Amino acid sequence: MSIRLKKLLRHNEFYIFVVILLLSFLIQSRSGQFYTPNNIVDIIAALIVPGLFAIGAFMVIVSGGIDISFPALASLSIYTTTRILVDIDYQGGILLPLVLTIIFGAVLGAVNGFLISRFKLQPLIVTLGVASMFRGFMQGVLKSVQIAVIPKGMSEFGTSSLFVAKNMETGLTSRMPTAIIILIITLVVVYFILNHTMYGRGLYAIGGNEISAERAGFNVKRIKFFLYVMVGIISSLAGLIRVSMMTQCHPTNMLGMEMMIIAGVVLGGVAITGGAGTLKGCMLGTILIIIVQNSLILMGIPTFWQGFFLGMLIIVGTGVSALQVKRLNSPKKGKGGDKYA
Amino acid sequence: MLSKITNRISTVIKNDIYITRLIALMLIWLVFMGFFRFEKFYTVINFQTMAAQFPEFGLMAFGIMLCMILGGIDLSVVGVANFAAIVGAITLKKIVGVDGEMLGIAIPIVFIVGIIIGAMAGAVNGFLISIINIPPILATLGTFELFTGIAIVLTKGKAISGIPFGFSEAITGRLFGLIPIQLLIFLAMALVITFLVTKTTYGKKLYLTGTNITAAKFSGVKTTKIIIKTYMISGISASLGGLIMLANYNSARAGYGTVYTLQCVLIVVLGGINPSGGKGKISGVILAIFVLQMLASGLNKIPEISSFYIPLIWGGVLVAVMVMNYFTENKKIKL
Repeated sequence: MSIRLKKLLRHNEFYIFVVILLLSFLIQSRSGQFYTPNNIVDIIAALIVPGLFAIGAFMVIVSGGIDISFPALASLSIYTTTRILVDIDYQGGILLPLVLTIIFGAVLGAVNGFLISRFKLQPLIVTLGVASMFRGFMQGVLKSVQIAVIPKGMSEFGTSSLFVAKNMETGLTSRMPTAIIILIITLVVVYFILNHTMYGRGLYAIGGNEISAERAGFNVKRIKFFLYVMVGIISSLAGLIRVSMMTQCHPTNMLGMEMMIIAGVVLGGVAITGGAGTLKGCMLGTILIIIVQNSLILMGIPTFWQGFFLGMLIIVGTGVSALQVKRLNSPKKGKGGDKYA
Repeated sequence: MLSKITNRISTVIKNDIYITRLIALMLIWLVFMGFFRFEKFYTVINFQTMAAQFPEFGLMAFGIMLCMILGGIDLSVVGVANFAAIVGAITLKKIVGVDGEMLGIAIPIVFIVGIIIGAMAGAVNGFLISIINIPPILATLGTFELFTGIAIVLTKGKAISGIPFGFSEAITGRLFGLIPIQLLIFLAMALVITFLVTKTTYGKKLYLTGTNITAAKFSGVKTTKIIIKTYMISGISASLGGLIMLANYNSARAGYGTVYTLQCVLIVVLGGINPSGGKGKISGVILAIFVLQMLASGLNKIPEISSFYIPLIWGGVLVAVMVMNYFTENKKIKL
């Protein structure tokens, strides 16, 4: 076997890709509806918001932390933005909402960043608490209600499309939302940061071993702080897109998404202990989750099975990668272990 | 005499900052409520209501506590509780006829079924964590989805209602017309866990494994067994909480009690359990359960504060306690 193939077989991304292919063939054979232009476009459109969330969750997990506050953060940030814009009767384009959500996202992300970097607290528990605070702030202090009519600039952005895909047989059409551009830009930027900057190296280094990273000269506190600020911004953007695409702001609509997103990231082979994982894997894992969610209906399985399948996916996905780590670390099988451990 | 007492108190304060802090918080709150809402807060009925409410999440908090002492966490407790409640409800409906016969046999059977479900769910968690080596956060997140998923499949997403009243009446009843039965179940479990942790070798092994799992392994502790056992106890405790929920609401649904996960983690951290494992006392957690219930019930008596503020307050308290812990722990290191 060539080294290249061997390397490929070691990566989780490869297996997840195979699983996606098999699943899609299965759905195709059961319903004949998977490989149709409109279904593919539908899946990509459904990927935008979870994809953005997943990028944020992925960065945190690579650094060895975990963030479960991003849906609450996005909800609070976008609710505040929409509220302000509706109250001032804003008539302009998407630019101001974009700037506002980025600012709010950065500020809210900084709360997480400050607590986690300054006091060295456990990210899981901090973000659990912060998520609850954001939610309480939104519902208690801001007295959030559903905003049925959002500023025109936002809804126009959300409903505009790059192109329309049409299924020749059924005549069903699906639009490719313009918002996909934001996902692509974010992907490119994050890919560049992670793979071509010192900051990205630092993020992986902290995830691998925080003390070693500090000894090697990385400013761990600063890296962590800006990480959560960045994740705040990315999550906020996801919130903006979600609200724009739905053309109404439902404050609690996004809460509870965190489990699904983290599941997708981990399925893509990102080590939950930090330090390893690729953006490619993160996106593939998220796509798998989206396909499972979107396609149960196509396969004729009642939607109340969704939780069951999601749970099984998380357990099997994390189990496989955990067993791989265990095998690599066990001293008995030295052959490949020495090289890669 | 007086100096002796103050001496004693100061050693307690020095020895256990967490418990002291909790007692102080409780006293301040009691005095505050005494000043502002005396007639509404200090009534027998209010205290009875409180004693009937906290066992639900108190029992779940016990599970999270044990797993956190072990250095892990159990985020599946609410899923396990709902799963047990739903299976319990189905069993109850099967056994008991419309006229309420067979109730005497049905209640113990429901409890046995619930406990078996809890133990099995816990064993799954323990297996995934100790043998497959999945990190506890992920394993229990996954099983939370899985158990909730099974519960939804069992009920087709709806609530189970029309449960024979006898069960609810028996559990929400009061012993001598005064002490809620839920409280007795809670106290029984508290005693069992206290005994296990303080008086048996299991307890010692639990703390040792939580402090340093490698060291524990090399000292001959069968860590796999300890981990599975701990998650099983957590599952059993959660399933009891679920059965109490079933009695309190007289219905069961997969989506009940979702706020309890955060609340339980808050209780456990407030009670002085270190999330990295190996440290903490049960007395702290029990005290934290009381404090939280008093805060919640007290806030209910103040209509100016809407219930939407409660997540803000819980989250704020959790973060504040973590920050305070940071400072107290660091002081210890400096000394």
